[in-house]
Amino acid sequence: MSDTIYALASGHLPCGVAVLRISGPQAFCCLNLMVDSQPKPRQATLKTLRRPGGSEILDRALVIIFPGPASFTGEDCVELHLHGSRAVIRAVFAILEQQKSVRMALQGEFTRRSFESGKLDLTEVEGLSDLLSAETEMQRKHAIIQSGGAHRLLYQEWRSKLLECRAWIEAELDFSDEDDIPKDVSLRVNSQIQELHDDICQHLKNAAHGKRLRNGVQIILMGKPNVGKSSLLNWLANEQIAIVTDEAGTTRDLLEISVDLGGYPVVFIDSAGIRDSLNVVEKIGVGRAIQKSEEADLVIWLSDQDNIADGKGDIAINLHVRSKSDLIDSLPEQLSDICYISTKTGIGMDKFIDVVSSRVADMCGVNDDILITRERHVKLLVNCVKNLVRYLDDTDLSIELSCEQLRLSSHDLGSITGLIDVEDILGNIFSEFCVGK
Amino acid sequence: MAMNFDVIVVGGGHAGVEAALASSRIGAKTLLVTHRIDTIGVMSCNPAIGGLGKGHLVREIDALDGAMGRAADYSGIQFRLLNRKKGPAVQGPRTQADRKLYRHAIQKIVRNQENLSVLECSIAKLGYRDNRIGGVITVDNEEICSSTVVITSGTFLNGLIHVGETTHQAGRMGDSASIGLSDQFREFDLSVGRLKTGTPPRLDGTTINFECLESQSGDLDPVMFSYLSDGVQQKQICCHITRTNPQTHSVIQENISRSPIFSGQIESSGPRYCPSIEDKIHRFGERDGHQIFLEPEGLDDNTIYPNGISTSLPIDVQKEFLSTINGLEQVKILQPGYAVEYDYIDPRELDASLMVKNVPGLFLAGQINGTTGYEEAAAQGLVAGANAAKRSFGFGCVHFSRADSYIGVMIDDLITKGVTEPYRMFTSRAEYRLFIRADNADLRLSEKGREAGLVSDVRYKGFVERRRSLAAGMKLLRGLSISPNAALQSGIQLNQDGIRRDAFELLRHPSCGQEGVLGLWPELSSISAATMKQLSIESLYEVYIERQRRDVDQLLKDESLLIPDHINYSGISGLSSELVEKLVVVRPGSLGQASRIEGMTPAALTLILVSSKTLLRTGT
Repeated sequence: MSDTIYALASGHLPCGVAVLRISGPQAFCCLNLMVDSQPKPRQATLKTLRRPGGSEILDRALVIIFPGPASFTGEDCVELHLHGSRAVIRAVFAILEQQKSVRMALQGEFTRRSFESGKLDLTEVEGLSDLLSAETEMQRKHAIIQSGGAHRLLYQEWRSKLLECRAWIEAELDFSDEDDIPKDVSLRVNSQIQELHDDICQHLKNAAHGKRLRNGVQIILMGKPNVGKSSLLNWLANEQIAIVTDEAGTTRDLLEISVDLGGYPVVFIDSAGIRDSLNVVEKIGVGRAIQKSEEADLVIWLSDQDNIADGKGDIAINLHVRSKSDLIDSLPEQLSDICYISTKTGIGMDKFIDVVSSRVADMCGVNDDILITRERHVKLLVNCVKNLVRYLDDTDLSIELSCEQLRLSSHDLGSITGLIDVEDILGNIFSEFCVGK
Repeated sequence: MAMNFDVIVVGGGHAGVEAALASSRIGAKTLLVTHRIDTIGVMSCNPAIGGLGKGHLVREIDALDGAMGRAADYSGIQFRLLNRKKGPAVQGPRTQADRKLYRHAIQKIVRNQENLSVLECSIAKLGYRDNRIGGVITVDNEEICSSTVVITSGTFLNGLIHVGETTHQAGRMGDSASIGLSDQFREFDLSVGRLKTGTPPRLDGTTINFECLESQSGDLDPVMFSYLSDGVQQKQICCHITRTNPQTHSVIQENISRSPIFSGQIESSGPRYCPSIEDKIHRFGERDGHQIFLEPEGLDDNTIYPNGISTSLPIDVQKEFLSTINGLEQVKILQPGYAVEYDYIDPRELDASLMVKNVPGLFLAGQINGTTGYEEAAAQGLVAGANAAKRSFGFGCVHFSRADSYIGVMIDDLITKGVTEPYRMFTSRAEYRLFIRADNADLRLSEKGREAGLVSDVRYKGFVERRRSLAAGMKLLRGLSISPNAALQSGIQLNQDGIRRDAFELLRHPSCGQEGVLGLWPELSSISAATMKQLSIESLYEVYIERQRRDVDQLLKDESLLIPDHINYSGISGLSSELVEKLVVVRPGSLGQASRIEGMTPAALTLILVSSKTLLRTGT
């Protein structure tokens, strides 16, 4: 029998109300130690909690019980809404700790139990974990989509398409001496496989979007020394994070801050100014900046000169920014794609934020797309596509090998959510054909 | 004093014969009980052995030294390798067999088998005391003792024959049904279900006009079933093909309510892949015709088996629709088509040795387990017989896995998923079919069979020789390699990637193949043609099999994670009640088997694993 586990489901103490969750075969016993009678299932009930065997009152709490399997974990669950003081929580924990086979939950253990009881499938678990760690609005939206099973539905739909195709080909193998099986099944199937292949590829293109949404869009600030990169970073962070001096070459290493830009997670990276330097440390810094610019999703080049692009060398730039605009007497008509800003006076900052935000939104994909945020999914989908390509391209492949390619692809798809059963294929065959000589 | 045996096999069909032979080969003192000795090895449905998936089974039976392959080779009158144009993994050897010759061949093998006695009598029930099998009790109330019994009663268990509106109790046309056993199975509290199968009318060949029909002859280079056979032994014949037509269909449509399947007289399910003609027309009415193969039943027998029109319509309707068919206008029916309903035991009551889990010592094989087909029956018979013998000696069971054989696939399907219609083998049931092929059945199984005591010296010697020459050939091929550039100079187009390829790899290359390899290295002509052919097949699938190996390893790992029999599924919190219900019925022996239960989730598996490990560790 598994242990009964407990943990605080709410945040830091002290706070107004702290929610303590208990799950497992002993959950109700634990509760009954402290209350005079067990409340009705799924009904919030005010109860006095007392120390077991004594009359000392621990707290007055709202108590809800969820008998398994109709609970989040599938086990018997108890929720105690306690007053969020450290002393109260410590007292209740101490009582729970003393019970046999009752212990503090490990990280993620409630979700794991819920997965293990079949309450959630893998993609839903992953979605839920994303939801819990979501920091921005867009991350939350997407996590909700995934934890609601949108991915499962999409992958299942693809899998059943693939299954149907396999059934056609299997029929040609297992019932080849029957005149009812059309001889051109491969042709029929090929166009469907091609379509499926294209759909998955399109979906995979979104993988980069998903990754950005999960890890944040990486934006690097670059430019020659002392053009105001660190000032911009500080302005974005609303704090003095980077050291700013008038001395060129102050920033030598990469410095990152995470911000929420219009609901999207963004990581701004400050970097060493680009110049030929004899200083060993600064040289390494410049090297790192250039390397990072190749990985970043967006490269912003700052300059305080009219000749903005000066000094950028081979670096590929996505957005040019003219800094220290407060020093320019009259700002030019802003029809170019250059942003004029001043962190000192705030000139042009709104516009700059707008421009960056819309680029970020583009890079994270459209709002209600089903995005792949998991490396595990990407890997399996890429494998699946590879197997489909082999099926489509290798026309010399004999039919049982073609079939194997499709079996492998459906195995890949199946591994994302569940697994395929051969009876499904036979079922498909029998519903389509009149076989049996 | 009662007679004493190690193993008693009840039933002399394909399952019973292989069971009795396997048990005797292992050395158990074995008794085969049948109610008619002259029907031992009878083919009661179509006069053919093998086919897609089924041919694989026959090869495997043969690799384990069973009788079916040898008898089929002896009696074969038209050999055809199905899927000849497709890859070797999905080719299935098949032959039309002369019914009488087949039966004789089987009976001869049975007569010559050491340790095996045959008794003609009917069994009233099983001897059963102290919760274990003690033998059988005949209808004359005589007790014959044994610690294990294999029941292979085919369609005889509560058999009910339907011809049109008339029904009578029988196991097969002309043979009585067994009812007592069925009652006893219910007493054992085994879950009993009902299935249906059908057979077409038998026709008098002298009244068929073959002149106007398309004919189909056998292969020019017949492929044998048995590794011990050299070639065909009988005169080869051809089959004819005709078709139903719209007129046939309207006769059947008009009378469809008189078919017991549609009148409600038959409620049990028949196989989807072997539907009756009335079923075909009902479900696929839009087709303008269905193929009929006219298969001769023997060389000196005029009976024709019209494959494709199994039916249970009344005799007058059978006559009427037959007369609408090209070539059959004047045909005379020798025996009408009929449907038979019979009891089967839910195979999920069995473990992987085909023993009933709740009745130690009782083994079941063949149609009683819900399968259809001679080959499926024979393969189970072999497994049940071998395991009954092993058990009688107190030895562990002989286990077949999905990764080593179609036999393993079938048994696992049966005991894990149960059946809803008569179970037939298909190549698509085998996920590792690129590896478990008809051509390498001996390489997969003969060693295992030898260890189990199933394989005779003669066969084993032949097998060892074949294995040796394959290994030698492989070594030779692997030792020779060529660069793409050098190959090009000999006219062989390879990807110019500078990577050297060895002769084994080149065997599968479209632009090279066997001929190309021999051209490059004339010394390879020391390898015999048969060995070269086998190595070419191995080469063809090498990459795929390598890729599957990871899956297979995972499978074998899961198979080795045993679930204790006394595990209490309802005590595992987190398992859905639906799943618990299935697990209680199937009682999987290993985590691998559990994973194949329908609706199983990775989550539930981890729970079962944890629970099993705890039980095994604490020994409670």
